[in-house]
Amino acid sequence: MCAEQAVKKKPVRLTLPEQEVMSPGHLACQGCGATLAMRYVLKSLGSKTIVSIPACCWAVIDGPFPYSAAGIPVYHCAFETAASTASGISRALSALGKTGITTLAWAGDGGTFDIGLQALSGAAERGENLIYIVYDNEAYMNTGIQRSSSTPHGAWTTTTPVKHYKKGPKKNIMEIMVAHHIPYAATANIAFPEDLVRKVDKAKAMRGTRFIHLYAPCPTGWKHAPSLTVKIARLATESNVFPLYEVENGVYKINRIVKNPKPVKDYLLMQGRFRHLTEDEVNRIQNEVNGQWERIVKLEQAFGNAPES
Amino acid sequence: MAKKKNDEKPIQYRCAGEMPPLPVSQGTMRVNKTASWRSIRPRIIKEKCKSCMICWKVCPEPCIAPTDPPEIDYDFCKGCGICIEECPFDAIVSEEEGK
Repeated sequence: MCAEQAVKKKPVRLTLPEQEVMSPGHLACQGCGATLAMRYVLKSLGSKTIVSIPACCWAVIDGPFPYSAAGIPVYHCAFETAASTASGISRALSALGKTGITTLAWAGDGGTFDIGLQALSGAAERGENLIYIVYDNEAYMNTGIQRSSSTPHGAWTTTTPVKHYKKGPKKNIMEIMVAHHIPYAATANIAFPEDLVRKVDKAKAMRGTRFIHLYAPCPTGWKHAPSLTVKIARLATESNVFPLYEVENGVYKINRIVKNPKPVKDYLLMQGRFRHLTEDEVNRIQNEVNGQWERIVKLEQAFGNAPES
Repeated sequence: MAKKKNDEKPIQYRCAGEMPPLPVSQGTMRVNKTASWRSIRPRIIKEKCKSCMICWKVCPEPCIAPTDPPEIDYDFCKGCGICIEECPFDAIVSEEEGK
């Protein structure tokens, strides 16, 4: 309906594809980052996509059975089987001789970093023809903000309450996936949709297991105002908490080099889940972030250019 | 959410040819008008709007049509306020709902 109205009026210049596969009326919280993530990804992939969704926020957002907000066929699978279900769908499509249909596995960070890791590892090792996208909101948000191995150091969750906040860094899923020698792995952020759509377009044109680590803030779990979702996501990249880079056949490339990174303190202060942190802890997180950024820069220097053949 | 009437019979397909092209047709969640979730109402000031379409880009619903100037579908807007926060020209203001 929106598209029909758009045709009548004066056309405007858009930086993203105009097609809208996802429909309004879904059950996401106000200011949900995961919904924005799905919207941008489906703008790029189009309606010729089949998605497998394990237990995660998107299993709820999509709506109860006869209704669906995603606009594409959705397979609701068990928590640990996002990648293996997508493998089956992908193989069935190839057995039926159907081409031009993208298979997407769409899981949250719990279903990827913890529970779905073995299925994902198996699918990546077999080289299944699918796109795996993890939208990372840094805890089990759907079940009530429990800690996952994606939760960063210092964060409050219901299972790591204020006195016993999470100690220890976040699991580096990108390094795990790069170690599988998959053709394409990338990080993306909902605050940079043009970059995200470019990466999904690039992944769509390839074959094999392609992995995208997508950063999506959660106002409910991170305890910030719903209106700040995009602002916080942008700050995460501008302060190097979540750098944007891609690894194509083992070749590293940083997509966004921030010349004057903002202090991590700005990013932490905006979120209620970091409210209890002391000055020492903030400095420690800043050092961790600096170390992580230096590591990626070194990786790009070492494995940046394509080897001459 | 609109409830199904009791006397409504389930659809039965006799052959594969009768089935719709997609197992789930597009946009059926549109029956769920989420406007009642809203406590603030964003309003676009047309004089200030430069039609940069950033509000269309960042709407997680999506309920902003990419027209000149953009139009907000108040049947679905949940009032998250991302468009108000992201507008570089302050052309979207928040108003209290019900006033």
